[in-house]
Amino acid sequence: MASLIALTPCAGLLPMTEGEIALTEVTHDRLMSVAPFAGQDKAVSDRLKAQVGSTLPAPNRKAGPVQWFGHGTWLVSDTVELEGLAAVTDQTDAWATVQIAGQGVEDVLARLVPVDLRATVFKKGHTARTMLAHMSVAVTRVGPAAFEIMVMRSMAATLVHDLQVAMRGVAAR
Amino acid sequence: MRIPCPNCGERDRREFYYQGDAVALNRPAPDAGPQAWDDYIHNRDNPAGETRDIWFHEAGCGAWLVVERNTVTHAVHGATLAGLVKR
Repeated sequence: MASLIALTPCAGLLPMTEGEIALTEVTHDRLMSVAPFAGQDKAVSDRLKAQVGSTLPAPNRKAGPVQWFGHGTWLVSDTVELEGLAAVTDQTDAWATVQIAGQGVEDVLARLVPVDLRATVFKKGHTARTMLAHMSVAVTRVGPAAFEIMVMRSMAATLVHDLQVAMRGVAAR
Repeated sequence: MRIPCPNCGERDRREFYYQGDAVALNRPAPDAGPQAWDDYIHNRDNPAGETRDIWFHEAGCGAWLVVERNTVTHAVHGATLAGLVKR
């Protein structure tokens, strides 16, 4: 067996800082998509509460390691055991996750994301499936001036590039 | 044009993919006869005014929606999850 070197999606691209804004990579040991079978939301929710400490959050919300990830789908950054209750898929290596943080981070994202992400309407624990430039992403607020952005792994370099251009634009003003 | 997704809230049209007339949800019985199947598969009205179409929230939550809108005024009246529409 060849000796393989594991690389994260943003290896060689991050971290990066432009002006007040820092862009770093976030890695997950485990990332499982959970799509409860019809009528099993409650049962899945109860099992997740016991296994990872959080129930299924409402759409557009994240609770602990459980993030709403689309219609009838959640993403759990932990191992889960839901045999017979939900369609569970290992997505650990499928997504690139970055954290963008700093004063004025909303101004950077406003150049790329069509959703209103200001703190008055998009609070900590809020998440949205939307677009960043032309990519389908999940955006989650993780702090007063910090967001996590998830994109399909193959688009990691494009995501970093688009964010860097926007960060430079805001820093130059 | 904005579509009020029941999951995500009001979103720009560019997040959605247009599938076609919501008549596609009313699948005829297997023995309904050639005319009913011809109408279901091929024949569509092209109304100037109120329409009821299926859209896919492709760059959002991934839900199929039935959107009611007016092609003349561009008003969007509302959207329902296709899975909850009465068949």
